[in-house]
Amino acid sequence: MMQIIGTWIAAGLTLAIFSFLYKDNPFYKFAEHLYVGVSAAYAILYVFYFDVKPLLYEKFLTEQGAEKWILFFPAAFGLIMLARWIPKISWLSRWSIALTVGIAAGLGITGQIQGILLPQIRGTLVPLTSVNNVIMVIGVIATLVYFYFSIAHKGAVKHGARLGMVFIMVAFGASFGYTVMARISLLIGRLHFLVYEWLHLVK
Amino acid sequence: MKKLFMVLTLACLMSPARALEPPADVKAVDTPNDEGSSITVSWGRSPQDQGDATVFKGYQVLRAENANGPFAEVGFVICGKSDFRDNVESHKNYYYQVRAIAFSDSSQAIAAGPATATAQWFDSSRGNVLILTIIICFLIIWYIERAKKGEELFIRKIQGLDAIDEAVGRSTELGKPIMFSFGLGEIKDIVTVAALAILRQVAVRCAQHGTELLVPNWDPLVMAAAQETVQQAYSEPGRPDLYKEGNVSFLTSDQFGYAAGVDGMMLRQKPGAVFFMGYFYAEALLMSETGHSIGAIQIAGTTAITQLPFFIASCDYTLIGEEMLAASCYLKRDPQLLGSLKGEDFIKAFLIIGFALMAVWGTAGYILNNAGNPWMMDIFQAVKNWFITG
Repeated sequence: MMQIIGTWIAAGLTLAIFSFLYKDNPFYKFAEHLYVGVSAAYAILYVFYFDVKPLLYEKFLTEQGAEKWILFFPAAFGLIMLARWIPKISWLSRWSIALTVGIAAGLGITGQIQGILLPQIRGTLVPLTSVNNVIMVIGVIATLVYFYFSIAHKGAVKHGARLGMVFIMVAFGASFGYTVMARISLLIGRLHFLVYEWLHLVK
Repeated sequence: MKKLFMVLTLACLMSPARALEPPADVKAVDTPNDEGSSITVSWGRSPQDQGDATVFKGYQVLRAENANGPFAEVGFVICGKSDFRDNVESHKNYYYQVRAIAFSDSSQAIAAGPATATAQWFDSSRGNVLILTIIICFLIIWYIERAKKGEELFIRKIQGLDAIDEAVGRSTELGKPIMFSFGLGEIKDIVTVAALAILRQVAVRCAQHGTELLVPNWDPLVMAAAQETVQQAYSEPGRPDLYKEGNVSFLTSDQFGYAAGVDGMMLRQKPGAVFFMGYFYAEALLMSETGHSIGAIQIAGTTAITQLPFFIASCDYTLIGEEMLAASCYLKRDPQLLGSLKGEDFIKAFLIIGFALMAVWGTAGYILNNAGNPWMMDIFQAVKNWFITG
């Protein structure tokens, strides 16, 4: 019984969201507000039960020595984010943001060099012994010229940058088609739910 | 002769089957270049291990905390392999035994150890990453210092930046608000930091024209940074009174919940211009299509390669990848941003020249190599191999 009720609610909300294709209406508004509210509440609970509780509270109870007391630092940085509510000390919250950005930037530099830059350089170092290799080397060089910001796009640079843009657009075209296929499969998933599980039109 | 043949046959039949020989030279050492969480056990393959899984199963690896045992199996390695990485606690002695296993037999166990897992300060296999990091950081700092000294560093104009003023102006004329979305970017994403610089520029224009600015957020930390940015920007032209904290709000941390919320806001508040700046996933097209349907001027900028095609199709202007970072430099003219961009440009110029030269060198090397002279190809391969990451 509960499963049937759940299926009807899911189907009703799916149709309410689909009604947006016609125009904004009270059904869509209801589904939208419900979705936003439920997901925001879920996110708060998720952070508490999967971050704060196991990584801070429970660790503090179980860890010993320095590993226990070092937990005060993330807790303090988390708490001073709440200083935003008190105008006089709201500037304290910038420390937490600065720490997050700083750590991410520091880790990001080596991560990007090792994970992206080095493999791409290595992949582009090829002899021009096949049509594929010629297209790839020209494409990479032309695209780099497009993203070179220290020279105005004039003369030979303009032609190089334009060729780079052609390569970029070809890549985007392929990506567009690939992603559209993925989106259509998502739509098919919802229609499958409506036809098979809700209406039982197809056995 | 007949007797000799019979004796030989009998001798063959009576001789025992060849015993399974154990692995040779078993070693257990701390795994190099790790954080001190594993020990690598290696051995020389048994002579019967010819890589045929139908005859020879593999090697059983046993571990104990004392030399006399008790030993317990910690892994099994299939035939043809000669090492095993065991995850252990750091700073603790471990003893190992390895025995060969066939279908009908197993060899005696060969012992190794003790071995202790310890962390290494430096990962020597990533020397190339260290060298490149130092070079890149040096270049960026050098250019930042030049920019700080007031040196004029040229940055070409980015297409689409004029559209920011156009979009704000048009919204003001129509009496409509402006919407700015960071997508699903987090505060730690560089693209979000660049988007904040663009938000600042948009907010200054909004304050000058008295136009309402709406910034719905997916990430609470980004929201906090956006509130700071917009508040400061409204103070610049002397209009802090126009700043409304509630306009820079948190919606939800759910991807499609956020998209539904932004779509709803667009339909009801009908912004004259929408900015999508940051990192986006599948919600990009849902939001930009809605913006298009209400007739808003849309300007997008992201480094998300999979979403750029959708923005190009549905928005009036799109900043592609690093153009967005360059746009924030162009707008703010901050020495740090300018220096970073110029440093990156230096590396790009080096790569452009390097790729072209190496392509020619590699091609010449390939021709010479086919003619029996491999020296150019050897150098080409050595250069290429330097970029292998550990």
